[in-house]
Amino acid sequence: MTGALATLGAASPSLWARIGTSVLQVVAVVVGGPLLLGLMAKIRARAEGRMGPPITQGLSDLRKLVRKEAIRAEHTSAVAALAPLVLVASAAVAAAVTPLLTTRPVVAGGADVFVVVYLLLMGSVALALGGLDAGTAFGGMGASRAMTIGAISEPALLVGILALAVQARTSNLPGIVAASLAHPGWLASPQRLLALVALVVVVIAETGRIPVDNPSTHLELTMIHEAMVLEQAGPDLALVTLGESMRLALLLGLLANLFFPWGVDASGSGLVLLAALAVLAAKTAALAGMIALVEVSTAKLRLFRVPELLAGGFVLAVVAVTTGLVTR
Amino acid sequence: MSATAYLIGLGAAGAAALLGALLPARRRLFGAGVLSAAGCLAALVGAGQVLVSGHPFSVHTAEVLPLTGVDLTLDPLGALFVAVTAIVGLAASCYAVGYGAHGAPSRTATAMLPAFLATVLLVPAAASVATFMIAWELMALTSLLALLAEHRRRPETRDAAQWYAAMTHVGAAAILLGLVLLATHADSQSFAIIAEHRRQLSVPLASVVFVLTLVGFASKAGAVPLHVWLPRAHPEAPSPVSALMSGTMVNLGVYGILRVGEDLLGGGVLWWWLLVAALGVASAFFGALHAAASTDLKRLLAYSTVDNVGLVLIGVGAAGALAAGGERGLAGLVLLAALFHLVNHALFKGSLFLGAGAVQHAAGTRDLDALGGLARQMPATAVCFGIGALAISALPGLNGFASEWLLLQGLLHGFASHSAVTEAALLAGVAALAITGGLTATAFVKALGVGFLGQPRSEGARTAHEVRPSMLAGMALLAAGCVVLGVVPGVVLAVLGRAASAGLAGGAPKALRPGLGLDLTSLHGAIEPALVVVGLLVALVVAWGALRLVPRPAELRRARRAEAWGCGRELQTARMEITATSFAEPLQRVFADVLRPDHDLEVSHAAESRYFPGAISFHQRVDDAVERLVYQPVIAAVGWWGRLARRVPNGSVHRYLAFGFAALVLVLVVLA
Repeated sequence: MTGALATLGAASPSLWARIGTSVLQVVAVVVGGPLLLGLMAKIRARAEGRMGPPITQGLSDLRKLVRKEAIRAEHTSAVAALAPLVLVASAAVAAAVTPLLTTRPVVAGGADVFVVVYLLLMGSVALALGGLDAGTAFGGMGASRAMTIGAISEPALLVGILALAVQARTSNLPGIVAASLAHPGWLASPQRLLALVALVVVVIAETGRIPVDNPSTHLELTMIHEAMVLEQAGPDLALVTLGESMRLALLLGLLANLFFPWGVDASGSGLVLLAALAVLAAKTAALAGMIALVEVSTAKLRLFRVPELLAGGFVLAVVAVTTGLVTR
Repeated sequence: MSATAYLIGLGAAGAAALLGALLPARRRLFGAGVLSAAGCLAALVGAGQVLVSGHPFSVHTAEVLPLTGVDLTLDPLGALFVAVTAIVGLAASCYAVGYGAHGAPSRTATAMLPAFLATVLLVPAAASVATFMIAWELMALTSLLALLAEHRRRPETRDAAQWYAAMTHVGAAAILLGLVLLATHADSQSFAIIAEHRRQLSVPLASVVFVLTLVGFASKAGAVPLHVWLPRAHPEAPSPVSALMSGTMVNLGVYGILRVGEDLLGGGVLWWWLLVAALGVASAFFGALHAAASTDLKRLLAYSTVDNVGLVLIGVGAAGALAAGGERGLAGLVLLAALFHLVNHALFKGSLFLGAGAVQHAAGTRDLDALGGLARQMPATAVCFGIGALAISALPGLNGFASEWLLLQGLLHGFASHSAVTEAALLAGVAALAITGGLTATAFVKALGVGFLGQPRSEGARTAHEVRPSMLAGMALLAAGCVVLGVVPGVVLAVLGRAASAGLAGGAPKALRPGLGLDLTSLHGAIEPALVVVGLLVALVVAWGALRLVPRPAELRRARRAEAWGCGRELQTARMEITATSFAEPLQRVFADVLRPDHDLEVSHAAESRYFPGAISFHQRVDDAVERLVYQPVIAAVGWWGRLARRVPNGSVHRYLAFGFAALVLVLVVLA
């Protein structure tokens, strides 16, 4: 492990090259997020025997939304205007520091588990405050539900990744990925399998998919995320949609690279990065496909059953850390 | 030099109390406020010199107290607490000038704030049992009087003061007993001599001393289950006093645990520190949960204090346990993280309590269910409160994030230690840290979103106005501290490191490289919050600019205002908005086993038919389950015993004579 990190530090490419890689990661997440959503919609439609919209529908929707008129609810403050921007910005910074394509962080050690999880929390807090800003029943209700679910899923996410951090002796994400690459035997260790299950549950909750939330619902009373952003329209809604899809791509990419780290670039030229991009796209598409199939085959849980699912995830994550300590 | 500055600071704060009591009503506030602010600055200079140089100072005067004299020694550990108190005190002193100016401030209320401040500055420097206990009791007394300032207007204040007085005196008695045991053993009441004799202390005696003092210090710090006074007293005090209580007085509980456990008793045995960590885990979880369920703004803040003290105690417990296991370097790191969190908590909680005071001042209530939309009328207060709320939610770029990260790193690397019990405690600490993170974010989204955003829910909130500049200055000072320590946390590490090594008796913190961010080179962990902030700003500007670049007709460029969506229904009112109670309801339902809310549903029927409800009333209360399950039975038992005893003296002279005779016979029999 120490060796892996030491080589990371020793053969670092220039600062500009690292910034370039980070920007490429952000672009990949910005473009890839809506495409992943399109892919999931397509797979769901096919599984239900429909044709479904094209995979690029998400991008077309964004294009349509940004050209529309900006409308905000009366009584809103600057928070309503800032919230979508903060959501996108926090997801972009998280994407820049997460080891999606390469294990070389843009700054030595900027890419900590805690940074990424709390940047995601920053986006959730911004959305919830935006939901409360209009002073309507639905916005507040959605914010309350989203924060409740977030309050249980964030710790599960943190502890789930910490199970891997304990194994790798660092909470630095590139360090964890590099260590997993160096020790293929770890991938089948019990704590990894437990943590994988925990994190899958968390990712489904964080990205608001069935069985936790239904992104395509039109009934306000059952909404979680959609109720919170009910007042967003036009460019604001485009930002919220983009931010949410970026979070999906980021979380799936993180999950893929933490548990299946093959293909992450550890050495470094332009062509290798492109290959890493292709591998990442394949891995996240596979994960997204699985989530879509789960969505087709399960029903949405009642709101008050969701915490039980998430608490299960949290307990699994804690058990994963414990297992790691016991089997060390 | 440092001693002179510190003593001038103490003297100025004391003189401010005198001014507050003696000056005529119009000049009282200003005179006391300016002098106590100056005293804080002087004390900050003195403590800062000790922290930067690392050289403690000692002062002994035999004249002030007969028999024992006064012993003061300020080492880097104590100096850290003095510095934190001085900073929060400075902000609270500024704030108090404007805060009192609206009503006619009484002499006692004006005098007690600087007096309380002076005692909090004094406690960390006390270097003998007598000096310490006198300073400690003066602190209890002055804070009690400061708490009672508004007792005429608010009857709840009396109840809170009773709880506080009872708890703090039970705690003080326990501390006194513990310290007296130590002093008898060392045959001296000086802390330095007691520390020299610690090796001859037997483990059972040391454990008794530790547990006794822990009871007292943990109750001052507000650790569960000794916290019950805190969510009553902190909200009822005037807001500058609340800020001092939550930002500085609770810290001294942590200080006491460190001073006695590490310094006077020399670290002791593992289970002491596991006990401290267990108190921390319980406090963190219980406090965060109650904060998420509270709808009274200041009560929410008070429970969040319990939560944050819990996090600090997790750090202190983990540090003690690691040190007891021989891992001094790592222990130093964890203690540094805990002290860092304590400093940060003082900054954001001070700013939040001052903000809550401003809200109460402007809107006439601190019930979140009656607030809303304050960001429009009170933008500056909203920004200061917002910074505090986001900082306590540990969002990157603010100080709460930096210290929680450091604490997590310390706990994570503690897993390398080879004691299974310590590892279990660390794991519990990590889990508590993770779960309180989400709950705290929920609590403060509620406070900020329901209190300051949306539409006003009452006339008071509608007609609220921005508060005076002196109050804003107090809040802004602490909020600015949150931002500075959040963006460049590296600047205080050296100072914190000195305090942590003084606290652990020589365990220098391991592996922190000096810099602007936090860099644990040998532990493969580092964060650069400044770069994260720069990244966020760049991303914000790029996203905003990209939207501006989209070709759009000119008339669509400005955001149009339209009515919010109400399912097609028009005329939405603030009555339809979500309230703080409803916001907390899902979480309260999820954690109903811990919170144990009381529901009361009454349905009356129309006179004509039982099938038509006339009125439905629903009441809900979330009481403190610890208070109900642990304290109420004790109070009931004491009350029962008292009533039983009252039957004995029934007014009959014959009976009293019989008692006297029986007692005499008994004494004679015993003596014979």
